[in-house]
Amino acid sequence: MELTDVRASIASPDAEPSRDIQILRLYIAGQTPKSIKAFANLKRICEEHLTGKYRIEVIDLIQNPQLAAGDQILAVPTLVRRLPEPVRRIIGDLSHTERVLVGLDVRPAS
Amino acid sequence: MAIAETPGHYSSTVTSLPKSPTGIDGFDQVTAGGLPTGRPSLICGGAGCGKTLFAISFLVNGAVRFGEPGVFMSFEESSHELAQNVASLGFDLPGLIEQKKIVLDHVKIERSEIEETGDYDLEGLFIRLGFAIDSIGAKRVVLDTIESLFAGLANQSILRAELRRLFRWLKDKGVTAIITGERGEGTLTRQGLEEYVSDAVILLDHRVTEQISTRRLRIVKYRGSAHGTNEYPFLIDEDGIAVLPVTSMGLTHAASSERISSGIPRLDTMLDGHGYFRGSTVLVSGTAGAGKSSVAAHFLDAACRRGERCLAFVFEESPAQVVRNMRSIGIDLQPWVDRGLLEFHAARPSLHGLEMHLSRMHRAIDRFQPSVVVIDPVSSLLTVAEETDVQATLTRLVDYLKLKGVTALLTSLTHGRSEGEQTDVAISSIVDTWLLLVTLESSGERNRGLYVLKSRGMGHSNQIREFLLTDHGVELVDVYAGPSGVLTGSARLTQEAQERAAVLVQEQELDRKERTLERLRAAFEEAELAALRAKFDAEQADLAIGIDENRSRATRLRTDRHDIAQSRGADAAGSGNGRKQRGKV
Repeated sequence: MELTDVRASIASPDAEPSRDIQILRLYIAGQTPKSIKAFANLKRICEEHLTGKYRIEVIDLIQNPQLAAGDQILAVPTLVRRLPEPVRRIIGDLSHTERVLVGLDVRPAS
Repeated sequence: MAIAETPGHYSSTVTSLPKSPTGIDGFDQVTAGGLPTGRPSLICGGAGCGKTLFAISFLVNGAVRFGEPGVFMSFEESSHELAQNVASLGFDLPGLIEQKKIVLDHVKIERSEIEETGDYDLEGLFIRLGFAIDSIGAKRVVLDTIESLFAGLANQSILRAELRRLFRWLKDKGVTAIITGERGEGTLTRQGLEEYVSDAVILLDHRVTEQISTRRLRIVKYRGSAHGTNEYPFLIDEDGIAVLPVTSMGLTHAASSERISSGIPRLDTMLDGHGYFRGSTVLVSGTAGAGKSSVAAHFLDAACRRGERCLAFVFEESPAQVVRNMRSIGIDLQPWVDRGLLEFHAARPSLHGLEMHLSRMHRAIDRFQPSVVVIDPVSSLLTVAEETDVQATLTRLVDYLKLKGVTALLTSLTHGRSEGEQTDVAISSIVDTWLLLVTLESSGERNRGLYVLKSRGMGHSNQIREFLLTDHGVELVDVYAGPSGVLTGSARLTQEAQERAAVLVQEQELDRKERTLERLRAAFEEAELAALRAKFDAEQADLAIGIDENRSRATRLRTDRHDIAQSRGADAAGSGNGRKQRGKV
């Protein structure tokens, strides 16, 4: 899956802005193995455990460096869950599924 | 800027290492140029040591004075807090940000918000920093304090690897960077940053001894450049940071031949007729109440009259008190204060540490540019520091004043019994002229005397003078030095009165004798005359008698002859021819 540029949005088909929807932002710095891995992991986790209730945005900091300061991004990749609150940051390539779920405050689907 | 350049052994090092000036008073001198250009330097120290202040000064001075924009990446304080904290120093951070000379970036790391889920790197940080640098073309960067990352992120090995990468990256970017770090137990920084940043390491220290706090700075390491390894005291006040190099003062000041009056004419005559050398240092020492401040006040008054600017540092009285006290001896300093020729700086010695005092004096002197400085008394600095420290401080101050050609008068209190040639603060060898005020006790009173103990470069009187504080100023009077010793005060007055009386008596005696002589002479003359007359009369009488006798004898002789002649039948005529005539009988 190719990562396109800013705010390539992938929303699940029947997602609607509501309290259950997780708005997720993935910050990457160019197409590196880590970023690709992170994105793949993220997609997988979302499909498995969030079924339908998510929206992913991918932000490439190399294209938009000013966003790094605005969103307080240090580590890359970083996943930021903006909504629902509280804001959560998850750094790393998201290989630890459990940690990701804990971070997102999501109960595992199984 | 403040402290003059001295050709010391620093500037002669052949360094191809370019340096970026920090603009911090004294620091650039101690490092012979500033921080290494294009390299990261580590500033470490305990909490509240002044690391952030140092770093922000470096940045702001760079932007304002050296034309180098800078980025301040703060891991602790928010931009707003930072701007507020430095506003009191006169740093207008919001203004500089607006002019695109400074970028403030606050990196917030909330541990609670972060979950680590695999491999990552800190490229975000690099991108942020790079973006900030590129946005204004920054040449200077501060990271304060990067150790906060260790608190926020758990994976130390990633962190350390990335830090190593960061410092290389900074070097590649060609920016001069300051990294700040908290002092660790037994290590320079808690997280061992000194491993990565090794071009220059500066340690800031903040000590409290005997309730006085002093700050010290030490250059632990400076690769590629000879540097002083001593501790340099520095201070932070409303003007920012200033470092005071202790040993960078060489003895290279010029010596003027101009002489200026001390304000006391008789004292000038004691000093070879002209007074002090301009640019020299004068010490006036004495016990309490001896009159040291009065000598100082005369000096100030005389200088102000010449139109010269004067600065007076007083440690024991308020300026108003000084002015009032000096009025009682006929010196009015208030007009000079009003005209701006005389400025007082009064502070209790215990108000600051010694270094702060020295720095304040430096700054006041720089700002006011006086030609005369009075410090009254220097010995009160002993209440806040050891004698060796005070001596070192005063030496530096005196050197500084000589370099600027400022004439200085210091007063010093000596304590009692064996008063005299031991000052409590042993600076008598640094000063050029030393006036000693002594007290002379005799017959129930204490009088003051003044000696010129030494005065380099000129002949001076070695006689003590009695030192009087009158309502028209200080007067120096010759003492009475006689067989009974030196007398001053009322004893002197008594003695002088006695002498005058004695002289009077003698004169009268003389008069009397003269008159006697006159009488004698007159008498003598008369007597002589009488005797002579008597003698004359007697002789006259004698003479008369003699003549009579002669006459009568002559008559008798004639008669006798006549008789004889008759008896012989001679002519009665007695013609007296006497010629014998023959034939006639």
